[in-house]
Parts: sequence; structure tokens; C-alpha cells
Amino acid sequence: MMFLNNTYNEFIKIAAKPRSYIGLIALTVLISVIILAMKADGSTYISFVTASFEQTLSFSGDIMNGNLIAFIILQMLIVHIPLLVALVTGDLISGEANMGTIRMLASKPISRTQIVLSKFLAGALYTLLLTVWLGFLSLYVARWIFGTGDLMVLTSDGLIIHPESDVEWRYLYGFLTAYLSLLTVSTLSICLSAFAENSIGPIVSTMAIIIFFTIIGTMDVTVFDAIKPYLFTTHMAAWRSYFEDPVPWDAINESIRILIYHNVILIGIALYQFNRKDITS
Amino acid sequence: MEPGPIIQVNSISKSFGSFQAVKDVSFHVNTGDVFGFLGPNGAGKSTTIRCLLSLIKPNTGEIKLFGETFASNRSMILSKIGSIIEKPDFYKYLSAERNLEIFARISGARVSKKQIHEMLDFVGLNGREKHRVKGFSHGMKQRLGIAQTLLHQPDVIILDEPTTGLDPQGIIEIRNLILRLKTEQNKTILLSSHQLSEIELIANRMVIINKGKTLIEGDVSELLNQQEVIIVLQVDQVEKTLSIIQDKFPNASATIITQDQIELTLQKNQTSELNRELNNADIAVSALEPKRKLEDFFIKIIGS
Repeated sequence: MMFLNNTYNEFIKIAAKPRSYIGLIALTVLISVIILAMKADGSTYISFVTASFEQTLSFSGDIMNGNLIAFIILQMLIVHIPLLVALVTGDLISGEANMGTIRMLASKPISRTQIVLSKFLAGALYTLLLTVWLGFLSLYVARWIFGTGDLMVLTSDGLIIHPESDVEWRYLYGFLTAYLSLLTVSTLSICLSAFAENSIGPIVSTMAIIIFFTIIGTMDVTVFDAIKPYLFTTHMAAWRSYFEDPVPWDAINESIRILIYHNVILIGIALYQFNRKDITS
Repeated sequence: MEPGPIIQVNSISKSFGSFQAVKDVSFHVNTGDVFGFLGPNGAGKSTTIRCLLSLIKPNTGEIKLFGETFASNRSMILSKIGSIIEKPDFYKYLSAERNLEIFARISGARVSKKQIHEMLDFVGLNGREKHRVKGFSHGMKQRLGIAQTLLHQPDVIILDEPTTGLDPQGIIEIRNLILRLKTEQNKTILLSSHQLSEIELIANRMVIINKGKTLIEGDVSELLNQQEVIIVLQVDQVEKTLSIIQDKFPNASATIITQDQIELTLQKNQTSELNRELNNADIAVSALEPKRKLEDFFIKIIGS
């Protein structure tokens, strides 16, 4: 009961901070800009992709529909959303330490473990809200404006066209997996927040780790080959795999496992650190 | 509540690295006490209070509240305690009412909005319910802190330096609030303060600690022998005054401190008689000031 009460408190605190709305506003603005740009000159953009196939394939019907726009938006934004997540979640513990309210919380009949777990749950709910908002704007608003249709996806194996009836479940699973990736970012920033006394440190550190791991992941150097499969950043694009044909279920399951392991380990580290943290000074 | 010790601190010690903040501190607080917790800066008061609130664990010794230890029943103990540790910190971006709602929700008791408003009224913050704490003065935050401690109707209130950083008006306001807690709500209060006059006015029992050790514990009236008063007299004829005191009040002890001032200790009920004798002897008394006894007592104990 105390845990749920405190989770509710955490959500009230998140809702009261102006920075919590930056992510929602930024997504709205960015997606609106992309949709407007596509509406104005989307065919030129699409022709860059289709040009190389036009000698061998003929495209009929409306390729540029809401499903394709959603895919383009996701590709463009999913890299930047971790910053919007960390902006809020990186402050959840360190912000309390900075304000001194953590002492007030700790002198109440709630354990430190419950305090930290409430913050993780509130962070997870906030991340879910961002993901749902991203999904709503990119998929449903785009479909409303551009209509629906078959989805054309360019993968490493070539051009794949998914029939309209075969798209919905791919997006559902894709968003769920993207949510798990963003949840890992949220968990990482809350974990770093348990070590810090200010808000900026965990936010910057989270982004630094993501950039560092992404660089390692993309460098074609054999020395990193052994660790690449275990970096969470390697699996952050797992959502795209649902749009391949056939769907590489084994690779997706492996990505989900790695991301879940990361979440469990990061929560464990945060609990260990917060339970031994000197919160009295 | 049953009478008897509600807080028992038995030989606790706490070190931070090589620095020993508390060594062998013991005291007890009875139900209904207003207990003064005194000591100079660095004496170990805040460390002891943090142990009492389970914010840190003592290395050795035992703390029992309501007959239980934190190891056996932390939640029950903390649900019956309200506390302010030095300065109360709140969520600046939230209103006073919202802050109280947040702390009430994890206090272990059901607190209605009406009770929150009543509590804000009790501490003199009515009309400020919807104001963000960001704009509150230090005194207002302290009063909000006291509201926060009382919300869940705790049996014990622990106040660590509640008047730190307040202006004289703020100190008086907080002191009056504590007095009201004692008289109107009959709470057990443990009060750590540098304001010795505050302790002397409102505490019935006290402990003095220094360098992490208990120096003395007991009833304030017994320790200070409140049947006696210390008075500083300012007169125009010091020698004649001294001779009258020695003649009429043989039990009083008097010392000349300056060429027109005498400090004397005598029975409380002899003060007016002394004034009358001096008037009859045509001695002009320009000042007759009672001196705070706790200050002297504190300095004597710490010095020894």
C-alpha cells in the first residue's frame, strides 16, 4: 500500500515539473514538422528510395501513406527520445537529494527499497506515456492525414512490401520493443541518479553512455566484437526487426532478454547504492 | 498512552570513518515529556537524532521507541513519529497543500483534505494553501514543517534545531507553536536547540551531551534548582547593598561584578523583599534583572 501511495506521489511530482512536458511538446512539434514536410514534398523524399528500384519494379497505388510516414518518423526520432526520457527520469533520485526532501521521505514509514522501486515504476509509466504519445502521433495522426495502405520498408536484404492487413501487429510489437529499449534508458538514468546529488549529472551521463556504446557498436573493430552483443544500445533498434521478412524471432528474443537483464541489473545496482547512501548531509 | 519511557537510548555509538560522532550516549524520554536535548555544536545531537529516525544506524548500543527496535518494527515506529531535521525541505514547485498531501500519503495514516487545511490553519498558514513553497520565507517553511510533523497525529515529535536561521519574530512564533503542542495536544516532544531560554521555558526534562557523550540527564527543575534565582542588581552604593544582603539574607550568595553591579543567588520568593529593603535603605536600584540559569548551568557542565 505504502509503495503504491509513494508511486502515486512520484507521478504527482513528475506531473508538476515543467520539464516533464518538454518531451511531449518536443515530440508533438517534431512529428508535426515531419508530417507537414511529408505532406508538402513527401513524394520527392520517397523517390530517393524508390528511384533505384524503378528500373526493375513498377509501383502502383499510394505508397506514401500513414504506415510509411509512421515508419519514417520512428526511424528518425527513436534515436533522440532517450534524451527526452533521461531529462525526467535522471532527476528522480538526485533531484530529491539536491532539494533535501530525500531525508524527509526516509524518515517516514517507507523503506528505502520501496522509495527506489516507486521511482522506477513512475519512470516506467512516464516512459510508457511518451511511447504511447509517439505511437499515437506517428501512426494514428499520420494515418488520419495520409490514409492507410501497404507498407514499403527498405531493409538490408532489399525492399519489402507488407500488405496493409499485415502491418498492425508489427507496429504493436515494434512499439512494445521500442518501449523496452526506452525503459532501459529510464532505468539507467534512475540508477545513475542514485549516485548523484544533482540533476544534470545523471542526464548527461546517460546520454554519454548511450553515445559511447553506440560508437563502440558501430565501429567495425574486432576488439569490440565480444562485447557488442551485450551492449543495450545494440538492441535498441530491435523494433525494426518486426518489419523484416521473415521476422528474425530468435534475434528479437535475444534482444528482449538482454534488455530485460540490463533493467534487472540496473535496478539491483540502484537499490544497493541507495540503501547504503548517506542521505543525511 | 501509558506513562513510562517512550524513547530509550542505551549506550549508542556512531563513527564516520575515523571520526567518532557519538560515543556511549544514553537517555530516556517519558510519555508526555518536553525533553530538551542540549549540547554545543558538534556534540553529536544531530547524529543521535538521525539514529532516532533510522536515517543512520548506530554502530553499537540500542534504541527503543514505543518498546520496539527499528529492526523489529521500523514502520510502526516511524508512523508514530513526526520530525523536523534542521530545516524542513519541501518540493518547491508544489503548493503547501500538495506538499502536505504527499507526506501524509506515506505517513501511515489516512489524512483528509480538511485535516490538512486545519493543520495549515494551526501553524498560521491559512490562505497560503495554494501558494508554491518556492515563495515561502524560512519561517513559513519551518511552520509548514511543523504542520507536516503533526499531520498524521504522531505520539512523538522530534524537532532538531527548529529555530535555526530564524529571525527573533520567527523564533517566538515557533516557540509558541511548540508550547501549543505541549498544552493543547499533550505531545511528547524531543527538542534539540541552541536556544537555551527556549528549553528552560518549555522543557520538563533534559539531557546535555558533549563530544558525543552524555554529561547529565534529569528534570529541568531539579537540575536548575528552580526555587532559586540568579539576579543581577545595578545600584548606586555597591558596598552598602552587599552589607544589607549579608545581613538580611544570610543564605544568599552575592558577588560584586562591576563597580555598580552585584550578582546574587537567592530564594525566588525573596526578590520583592530584597527590593523593599534596598528602597528603605535609600539605595537607588536602576536594574534588577533575573539571569537565565540554564545558560550558567550549561556552561558549567560543558566546562567541567
